[in-house]
Amino acid sequence: METKRLIIVAVGGQGNLLASKVLGEAALAAGIPVRMSEIHGMAQRGGVVESSLVFGEAQSPIISDGEADAVVGFEPLETLRALTKCNRDTAVITNLAPLPPFTVAIGRGTYPDIGLIQEKIRSRVGRLISLDAVTLARSAGSVLAVNIVLLGALIRAEILPLTAEGVRDTIRHRTKAAFVEANLKAFDLGFAQAA
Amino acid sequence: MHRLLTDRPGSQMLMLGNEAIVRGALEAGVAVATTYPGTPSSEVSLNCFQIARETDLYFQYSTNEKVAMEVAAAAANAGLRSLCVMKHVGLNVAADALMTLAYVGVSGAMVILTADDPAMFSSQNEQDNRYYAKLSGLPMLEPSSVAEARTMMVEAFALSERLGEPVLFRTTTRINHSTAPVPLGELPERRTRGDFQRDPFRYVTVPAVSRRLHVRLLENIARAAELSEASSLNSVTGNGAWGVICNGVSFGYVQDAVADLGLAHRVRILRIGFSHPLPEGRIVDFVAGCEKVLVVEEGEPYLEEGARAAAQAAGLTVAIRGKGPDLFSRLYELDPALVRRRLATYFGVPVPASTTVDTSDLPELPQRPPNLCAGCSHRATFYAVKKAVEGMETIFPTDIGCYTLGFLPPLSMGDFLICMGSSIGTACGFSKSTDKKVVAFIGDSTFFHSGIAGLVNAVFNNHDITVVILDNGTTAMTGHQPNPGVDMTALNLDGYGRVSIEAVVRALGVGHVSVIRPFKVQKSIEAIREAVAYKGVSVVISQELCALYAKSLKRKRGKPFQVSERCRNHRDCINQLGCPAFYLDGERVRIDADMCVGCAVCAQICPEHAIVPVREG
Ligand code: SF4
Ligand code: SF4
Repeated sequence: METKRLIIVAVGGQGNLLASKVLGEAALAAGIPVRMSEIHGMAQRGGVVESSLVFGEAQSPIISDGEADAVVGFEPLETLRALTKCNRDTAVITNLAPLPPFTVAIGRGTYPDIGLIQEKIRSRVGRLISLDAVTLARSAGSVLAVNIVLLGALIRAEILPLTAEGVRDTIRHRTKAAFVEANLKAFDLGFAQAA
Repeated sequence: MHRLLTDRPGSQMLMLGNEAIVRGALEAGVAVATTYPGTPSSEVSLNCFQIARETDLYFQYSTNEKVAMEVAAAAANAGLRSLCVMKHVGLNVAADALMTLAYVGVSGAMVILTADDPAMFSSQNEQDNRYYAKLSGLPMLEPSSVAEARTMMVEAFALSERLGEPVLFRTTTRINHSTAPVPLGELPERRTRGDFQRDPFRYVTVPAVSRRLHVRLLENIARAAELSEASSLNSVTGNGAWGVICNGVSFGYVQDAVADLGLAHRVRILRIGFSHPLPEGRIVDFVAGCEKVLVVEEGEPYLEEGARAAAQAAGLTVAIRGKGPDLFSRLYELDPALVRRRLATYFGVPVPASTTVDTSDLPELPQRPPNLCAGCSHRATFYAVKKAVEGMETIFPTDIGCYTLGFLPPLSMGDFLICMGSSIGTACGFSKSTDKKVVAFIGDSTFFHSGIAGLVNAVFNNHDITVVILDNGTTAMTGHQPNPGVDMTALNLDGYGRVSIEAVVRALGVGHVSVIRPFKVQKSIEAIREAVAYKGVSVVISQELCALYAKSLKRKRGKPFQVSERCRNHRDCINQLGCPAFYLDGERVRIDADMCVGCAVCAQICPEHAIVPVREG
C-alpha cells in the first residue's frame, strides 16, 4: 500500500483531535495501518494544534516539510502557515472562515487577505479546495461540526485510502450520540462541496 | 468502564502512547501509581487517576516528583509493583531519591517513567535523561513505537523484579503523544497488599550500609549488562556492510529512510531498546561486521559515545559517527526527511531533492502564541500588580504554569524563570543583589511542589520580597489535576485532606499576608500596594478559580460584557489587559460574547466606563 500523509492544522478548540480520531478509527476498522502524532501542548490556550496522520506501511508518525499528500486547515491563516508541509502535488483543503489571532487585535501583525491566502496556496500546490466550513456546519445543525465538514471534503478528494462509507460508519459509532445526525449531515455537506 | 480496562485480549484498540503505557502497566499487574503531572506524561496520570476510581489500583497525585518516587519506592519495597510517572525535568527533582534507591533496590518491582521532550514542545529544557540511567546505574528501556510502549512496559516490570532494581522507562513526546493501533493482552489480578520486613542493615543507608549496597549495585549492573546482551529489545534487522545504530522514534525514521532510499540490501540496523547498560558485546559484533556506522539518536551522543568506547576497547577502527556539523545536531528533534538526507550523505548515495515549495514571498504572517484564557484570573492579578508598582523599579521572577504566559505582551509580567519553584528562591537572590523591588509569581500547585522551601528561606534570611501566590484552585496548565490546596469534594471525591495556603504562609511567620479577589480590581491594587510597601517578606494570595476549570465544573458564568457607544477608543482594554475575547471590528473594539465569561475586569479599567453587561432581551 502506498503511504499517504495528512497534516491537519487548527486553532485550539476547533475539534481537530476528534477529526484525527475519526480518521484513525476508520483506518483501524478497514485494516489500514495508521500512525498519528499530535502536538497539543497549549491547545486550550488558543495556540495552534497540528496533527499528522500517516496511512500505510511507513513507520514514522510525523511528516517532514514538503511531504504531506494532503493538508486540511481549519483556519485559513494556519493553512497558509502549513504551506511548509506541502509540495507541488499536495491537495490542500481549507476552511475560509478566519479566526484572527489575538496578536492582530493588539496591532502586532495584520491578517492577510483571504483572497491572497488562497492565491498563494493555489499557485504552489496540486489543488486547493476551499469552503466556508462554518456556514456549512451551521446548516448541518451544529457549529461544532466544522471538523466533520472538512473531513467530508477531504474524503471526497480521494487521497486517503478511506471510503466515505467507512468514515460515515465511524462517525455513527465514535462520535457523541447527540451529534451523530448533525455530524453525518456535516460530512455530506463537506463531501458535496468538494466536488 | 474505562476503555483501558477492556478485557478482549488479541483485539486492537487505537491508543495514545500514554494510554499504551498505562495498558502495559495494567497488564503487568501494577498496584500503585504515583505522579506529579507534567507534559508530555500527563495523560498517563490522568488515565491512572480514572482507573483507580473503578478498580483497586492505588493512584496518587503527589506533591512533587521526589515525593512521588518515595511513595512508589516504599510500595515496591513492600513487595508490590509500582509505577512512578514524571516528565524529564521531574527526574531532577526526584534525583536525590533515585540515586540512593538504586543502592537499596526493590523487593517487588518498580518502573519510573521519564517522558523526555526533545524540541521542548512544553518544557524549559531538552535534557537527555538517558544519562540518569548511567548516573544511577539503573537499567533503562526505550520503546520505538506506541504499540511497543505497551509490551515493553510489561517487560520493564519483569526486569525490575528479576534484578531487584527500579527500571527507568524513557519515552519522548513523539511516543507519548502519538496514536496507533495497539493489540490488547491479558489483564491479571493485581496484588495490592504487601509487607515490609525490618532489616535496617539493608535499608537504612548510613555509610557502613551504603558501602555494601554500592557493591550490590555494581553487581546488579553487571547482571543487567548480561541481560541487555541477551535481550530481544536490542535487535539487528537487515544485512549489509553499512551499519546504523538507533533508539526510540529514530528507529522508525531510519527504517523509512532505508526503504525510501532503496538500501534494504546494503544497510543493517541495530535498534537499542535496552539502552542501559548497553549491550557492548552486541555492539562490537555489529560494528565489526560493518564498513562504517552511523548513529541516529535525538539529543546527546549517548549511543555514539557508548558504541565508540566499546569498539575502541575491542580494537576496532571502523568509523562510528553521529553528531557533528555535517550530520546530526544535539538540538531539537529528528524527522524522517532529515534522517533520509543524512543517511544518504553519510553512505554516499544520491541525496533526494527537497520537495518543499517556495514560501519566501509570503507576507509576514501574524503569530498565534497561546494566551491566557478569557476571564483568566491570572490576567487580573498581573494587571493589579502592574498598577500597584507603577513608578517603581521592579524584577518579576516567575514560575511554571499557565501564568508563565503573562511574560508576553501586553501584560509583560515575568522576568526570570529556571525551574519549578524558582520564583521565590531567585527573588531572594535578586533582592539581596539589586536595589529593585522584587515581586515573585507562583501558582498554587507549584507553591506546594517546591515553593514552600523558598518561602521558608525568605523568612529565615529576612529577604525583602513580595510573593504573589496565584491560587486558582487547580493545576491548570497540565489539564486541571488536583493539588493539596484543592477542594476535592467539588469533584465528588472524598477521603482527601486539604491544605490551606494561607494557613501555611501564616504559620511560616511571613510578616505581611493578604488575600485578594483579583476580579475586584481597585481593592486588589490597594492590597498589593500595601504588600510591596512592607519591608520584609510579604505574601499576597490571589484567589479565583481557573476560568477553564470553572467551565468544566459547570459553574455558572457571569453575564457577558459588551462595548457600548461610550467607547472613545483608548483601547486600554486591549493594550493593557489583552483578554482574548476582544476583537477589532474595523476601528471599533468589540467583545465576543461567546468567549467572555463576565469577569468584569475590563469594565473596571475602562476610563470611559464604556464596557457594560449585555442586557437581557
Ligand atoms: S486554563 Fe485556567 S489558569 Fe490557564 S489560562 Fe485558562 S483560565 Fe488561566
Ligand atoms: S468581562 Fe472583559 S475581561 Fe472578562 S472575560 Fe469578558 S471581555 Fe474578558
